[in-house]
Amino acid sequence: MKKVYLYKGYERFWHWSQAVLVFALILTGFEIHSSYSIFGFENAVKLHNIAAWSFLVLTVFTIFWDFTTGEWKQYLPTSKNLKAQIQFYLSGIFKNAPHPAGKSILSKLNPLQRIVYGGLKIMVFPVMFITGFLYYFFHYPSQGIELSSLESIAVIHTLGAFAVVSFTVVHLYLITTGHTVTSNLKAMVTGWEEVDETASRHIEEEIMAGSKTVLKPVEKKKAKTERKPAEVEA
Amino acid sequence: MKKFGILFLALFLPLFIITLLGFDDKEEAINNAPTHELKLENYTMKAKRHTHEVVDHTTFDELQQDFENAHKVTEACLGCHTGRHTEIMETAHWRWERDEVIEGKGVVSLGKKNILNNFCIGINGSEATCTRCHIGYGWGDKSFDFNEPTNIDCLVCHDQTDTYEKGKGMSGYPAPSVDLNLVASNVGSPRKENCGVCHFWGGGGNNVKHGDLDEAMLDCSREVDVHMAAEGEDMSCIECHKTENHNITGKLYALSSENKNRVTCEQCHTDKPHNDKVLDDHLCRVACQTCHIPYYAKGNSTKMIWDWSTAGQLGSDGHEMHENDADGNHKYLSIKGTFIWDDHVVPEYYWFNGIAKHQLIEDKIESIPVQMNTLDGSYKDKGLCQKSIQPSKIWPVKVHRGRQIYDTVNKTLIQPKLWDKEHGQGAYWKDFDWAEASQKGMDYVGLPFSGEYDFVETEMYWPLNHQVAPKEQSLKCLDCHARENSRIASLGDFYLPGRDYNAGVEILGIFLIISSLLGVLTHAAIRMLSSRKRKMNQHLNN
Repeated sequence: MKKVYLYKGYERFWHWSQAVLVFALILTGFEIHSSYSIFGFENAVKLHNIAAWSFLVLTVFTIFWDFTTGEWKQYLPTSKNLKAQIQFYLSGIFKNAPHPAGKSILSKLNPLQRIVYGGLKIMVFPVMFITGFLYYFFHYPSQGIELSSLESIAVIHTLGAFAVVSFTVVHLYLITTGHTVTSNLKAMVTGWEEVDETASRHIEEEIMAGSKTVLKPVEKKKAKTERKPAEVEA
Repeated sequence: MKKFGILFLALFLPLFIITLLGFDDKEEAINNAPTHELKLENYTMKAKRHTHEVVDHTTFDELQQDFENAHKVTEACLGCHTGRHTEIMETAHWRWERDEVIEGKGVVSLGKKNILNNFCIGINGSEATCTRCHIGYGWGDKSFDFNEPTNIDCLVCHDQTDTYEKGKGMSGYPAPSVDLNLVASNVGSPRKENCGVCHFWGGGGNNVKHGDLDEAMLDCSREVDVHMAAEGEDMSCIECHKTENHNITGKLYALSSENKNRVTCEQCHTDKPHNDKVLDDHLCRVACQTCHIPYYAKGNSTKMIWDWSTAGQLGSDGHEMHENDADGNHKYLSIKGTFIWDDHVVPEYYWFNGIAKHQLIEDKIESIPVQMNTLDGSYKDKGLCQKSIQPSKIWPVKVHRGRQIYDTVNKTLIQPKLWDKEHGQGAYWKDFDWAEASQKGMDYVGLPFSGEYDFVETEMYWPLNHQVAPKEQSLKCLDCHARENSRIASLGDFYLPGRDYNAGVEILGIFLIISSLLGVLTHAAIRMLSSRKRKMNQHLNN
């Protein structure tokens, strides 16, 4: 086992501020949906709108970051270990079996995470943004785009919200399924996680072998960006 | 510590932004509500308003005479105010009709002269009493000369003495007690009192018709009407109902159908009055009145239901009956039937695009309740290249429901003759004979009457505009955006956030959440059990 700086400063900042914003959006969104009353309807609407704008800014910036750092590749789905990962959650985890997909700086996400997080990024969040903005700007459809009713938008937006809540429930639980119960949480707070050295090296070698020319420079860049947040913090 | 810096920043920053922008100075805004400066244009605040200086008419020789009759006063007025009668003669106040387009009917003459309502029904055959509210002298029947300038009554609108009064059943002539010389030499711009004498008292009593026009508004609190409140801006009617050349802007859809010559809140309050985008956006589909007139009839009760079918019952002594309800309002009158009144009434809400239709006297009854007038509009009517230039908006409306006489054979409403000076002329209010009154009335308007009659339910729509509440009392989001008791629960033709939801989505969503929770809990339980078992096995093996 070796301690690796797995989640960089910006990555963690993005993750936790996204967590806060999604929580705020869900909390206020369901109040606007009349599921309960906490802030008062008017405040809920205001908070929801501000959180949505903030979330949009954060998301756009993160997509930019993903591309400039090459981190977007982390979300590329893979069938390798997919079955093994499912089997791990269904049986291996109960027998204290090791995680089938090791972690490495080059591959932080297991095959299921790749699909789910990637799906959130390119499916759920964009749909929520688009329906949200239609909701916000065309709630009185009188000009421009002709929407016969808000209903279709509202239905999709609400469905997305339910999906995000379900995701959050499962996501929060899966935090505890790391090497130890708290190791995932610690990693997302500090950036450092203990990974199996051999598995990690194995993944890296495999990826390098697959695309030597692409990955080498990326790795160098990473080494640079890695320092920056720390400096800012200092 | 550095390690946690990012976590702290990530958690704190969004919350900071949200708190900063989301809760702005809400509490402060509420605390400062009365002093918060209003966005206003085209309006002079009371403090800065200089009263209209009117020439002292007492000094004019023309007015220092014992007027032989009221016509002579008008003659004197027009002697100086030359040509003003031509302006008057174009107005609906004078003509009691105007040419308007009704969809499907073309250009129609609409007005008190010819339209029926579900209060006193109509003026025809009873002019001498109804025209007590006409700005003229002598309209007792069809022979009235609308082109005679001296038939105009200048005084009813311009009197400043509050001593002028038109006589009962005198075709608009002043009561004998009026000192014409005194009134004629004390004239000025119309005040609330001048307008109110007819507009408060329409339908035969205070606040009977409109519900939002009440003599209480002559001296009322801000709670009743923020604009006219004595301790507030104390606005007169013509402050909003801007008038040029005797054309008083504003009209009501009880009697008109076209979207023109209206008075709007925006003319002073601008079309973005709230300092809040989301609230301002509402103006696109919600009339200002909807939120800002949460209740009407706040000063005195208004008539909600008028049932003519019970009229005609006389007391044991053969005399007319007058019964009052607990609040002192007429509950039963032999001449008019049964009434139900209410105060602090919650309006009903309808889509309205500024265009109304009317049941004309010759129209067949096609559905019951008969719609005396209907407000056109729907969510789908967005006003672009469609019937109206503006999208339909949600409006607060007083709906007056009635039961009134109709011809069961011809399937039309009936104009009965209600009033006459004397018995035996067929007037219902004297002789209590519906058949005779109907025959007389329908003969008068030149329409057939079969002799068969009954009573039919009717509805009449009065969009509300007055008795605007202080802003603290305006409707809140949850008055409409709520699943239960939404004020606009009846407007089902669109999706309203907070009120509406898709049952399938709710079930699916809740199922999704519950199954995630169950899945997670089951998984956790198995993990704990298996780990305990493993440890026990390890123990045993050791």
